[in-house]
Formats: sequence, structure tokens, C-alpha cells
Amino acid sequence: MSVPAELRYTEEHEWVAIDGDTASVGITDYAAQQLGDVVYVSLPAVGSAVTAGEPCGEVESTKSVSDLYCPVDGEVTEVNEELDGDPGLVNAEPYGAGWMFRVRVSVGADGEAALPPGLLSPAEYEELTKSAG
Amino acid sequence: MTEFAGWLMPLRYTSETAEHNAVRSAAGLFDLSHMGEIAVTGPGAGAALDYAVCGWPSALAPGRARYTMLCAPDGGVLDDLVIYRQGADRFLVVANAANTAVVLGELQARCPGAQVLDETAATALVAIQGPNAAGILSPVTDLDLSALRYYAGAYGTVAGCRAWVARTGYTGEDGFEIFCAPEDSERVWTALTGAVPAGLAARDTLRLEAGMPLYGNELGPDVTPYEAGLGRVVRLDKPADFVGREALAERAAAGPRQVLTGLVARSRRVPRHGYAVMSQAGKQVGVVTSGAPSPTLGTPIAMAYLDTDATGPFGIDIRGKTESADVTELPFYDRSKQG
Repeated sequence: MSVPAELRYTEEHEWVAIDGDTASVGITDYAAQQLGDVVYVSLPAVGSAVTAGEPCGEVESTKSVSDLYCPVDGEVTEVNEELDGDPGLVNAEPYGAGWMFRVRVSVGADGEAALPPGLLSPAEYEELTKSAG
Repeated sequence: MTEFAGWLMPLRYTSETAEHNAVRSAAGLFDLSHMGEIAVTGPGAGAALDYAVCGWPSALAPGRARYTMLCAPDGGVLDDLVIYRQGADRFLVVANAANTAVVLGELQARCPGAQVLDETAATALVAIQGPNAAGILSPVTDLDLSALRYYAGAYGTVAGCRAWVARTGYTGEDGFEIFCAPEDSERVWTALTGAVPAGLAARDTLRLEAGMPLYGNELGPDVTPYEAGLGRVVRLDKPADFVGREALAERAAAGPRQVLTGLVARSRRVPRHGYAVMSQAGKQVGVVTSGAPSPTLGTPIAMAYLDTDATGPFGIDIRGKTESADVTELPFYDRSKQG
């Protein structure tokens, strides 16, 4: 199971990649393995406002459905339309072609993106998945 | 891996969709050793089973099998079973893992004229299912598979190990179920080269596409075989009395209280067990018993119990939003109709 070092994580198994004022979001390798084959991803609309910790979509797999939680506050700027035709990308490349949506986040005076408290470091996320078995 | 009726079982080996597709297009291999095997033996075994279940086991010729049900006195289904007649005085009753103890207890109570023995722990079950199943099994068995008809079984060897080989399954494909000693199961499994190991998740979508009921979803003590559209398994024409006869005869005359119906979703959101089926007027008219994305059809499918007087169009309440669904004839997939 892979937990890339450059990403931040949520307790609900989303990952976030920050690049300037843009946060890219997907679900982790661990989450994809737990769900099994993903068959449909419902994503927030481009332009919609999203709130950290709130559900903003759904991930359907053969056996179950899970809410997709937004890890950050901001406005959705882009969604991964490839997933509509090929939701299996979430299983094949959860951190790459299986990304889900991008959010414009506010940037502080220091030029750093303002991230909500509670996001997990890779080490903390790895610990979480281990304790979950 | 997942906990299932006290057994640790693989939900999937790799991808459940790939496993499902392998069974439809080539062959899949299932470890079903969790299933309950109960032997009913002795000169009185046939007559005893005729009283215990709603089918007519004594009418089976040796080497033949039948799908049947164990019903409560009120007609409710306690388990669905496959019964193999392995000899004049020997029947093998295959029960769902979660119900094995109940079936064993009922058979012991209902069959005083026969020996009833739980052979579950002494029996492994490997199933090979799919259009290539016969081609893969044939070189490693001494049985002539072309002579083994659907719902027939015979003693023979597989990979040199003694086994009861039956042309039965739960996938809607041609295939075989191989009952052998647990210590032989690894040899049997590894001899079936070319078949893709398949887990419980694929097994569930395969049986759902084939319109086959799952105990706990479509079947339970609160329904009779008639609600499930399986009234044909109740042999009211059997001369002997049997547990549940009176209640089942009444239900046969009165008609089912609900109808098991196939639904195909128009949305890509998947109906799941327990979701409400709604009429156009927004009234609940039924409940989904099983639902899944169908790998073969490429769209979500579901079985649901609907009120007998319910009329479409129907919707399914998928977590607060009603999605349209079309009624379709069961099964969703019929291999005899494939081109």
C-alpha cells in the first residue's frame, strides 16, 4: 500500500496535493483497495463552494458506496472527467490518473495555502491505516 | 478477506470485476468449503427427506440433484438447499454456511427414520464455473463430463483424488462443483489450471445477474417460496405430508403477498439491499433485496420485493434522491440467450 510523502491526508482516506492556490483531491490507495472496484464517482460541480469535512460526492464500488469528503475549503475549479468513462482509474492510479477534483483555496500573506487543521501527515495517515487493520 | 458465517473468506483475489468477467467468458474457481454438507442416509432416507423439505427427493434418480427448500410449518423459508442423491440410500444436502446448524437441527428432528450426519468439516468444496470449465476439468478427471448432465453428479477422481463431481453452480454458467476431502482440496484446486480464482464479491454479482436468490436477501423466514417466484420447488403433488404443506397450499391458492421483481437502474448510482422502491406518486411500494453494478450489463441492477398491486414507473430511493428504474424480466443474464 502506498502513502506518498508529498501529500496530506484526511481521516476519511482522501489525499490532498497543494500547488500554489490549487488543491488536488483523490482517495488513497488504502481506500481504493478497501472499496474494491470503483464503478462510479459522483463529483461536485465546477464552480461550487466546498467546505472541509463536508461530503461533496460519492464513490460507488461493487460492494458499497462511500461519501467523498472535501479536505479543504474553497471553490471547485476542475473535476476529472476521465473518471466518468473509466472509474477504474481510481483503483489503478489513485494518486495519478485517478485524481478526482481540484479546489482553489485561499492563500495567506506568507504565500502559503490556508489549510484547515486536522489534515494528517503521511506518517500519521499510515499509522491510521495500520490501526484500522 | 472477510468474516463470513464463521469462515474467513476472500471477498476478492484481485479485481472482483475481472473475476466476474472471467467466469462469464472463460472460467473461475471458487473455494466454497464454507457451505454445509449434511448426509442423510439409510433405507428410510428418501421418505424422511420428503417429509423434511418441500421438494420430492425420493423421486430423484441416483446421480441426480434438485434445488429445494427447508420451510417452517408456516411456510417461511429456513434455507434453500441443493440435494444430491448419491446412491439409493444416500442423499447429500448442501446448505448455506450461516444456516448449517439450523438445517442440521431441523433434519435431525424431522428425519427420525434416517441417519443425519454433519459432514461439513470433513468436506471441501471447489467449484469451477464458466464456458471453459468442462475443458479445464476434463483432462484431470476420470469422469466422462459429456455424460454428466446439468444437475447430475457422479463419484470419480479429480487430480487423482476421490470426489463427488456435480454439474451444478450459482453463477448462471455451465460448471462443476467438486466435493472432496479437505486434505485433497489443494491438489484439486491447483490441478484446475487456467481458471481464475474468484471471491465472494464476484459470486454475488454472478448469482444476481442470473436472478438466483440469496438467503438473507431474497429468502428468509418471512417469505414463502411463492413470493420469491419459486413456487415450482413446492411439490404439492407429492403424496406424502411435509412440514409446511398446509400453509404452502394456502399460499399457492391465495397467491403471493409480494412479487420478486427485477429492476434495471437508469442512473449509475447503485441500488443496495434495504433501499425503498417508490411509485410515481411517491409512495413506498417495495424494498430492494439485492443490488449491484452489473459487470455484464454495465448498469446497476436490483431485485426487489414489490406489492402485488404496485404499478410502474418505479423509482428507487438512493440515499434521499429517487432514481428511475425499469422493470425487467428475471434473470438479467441468461447464457442460453447469448449470441
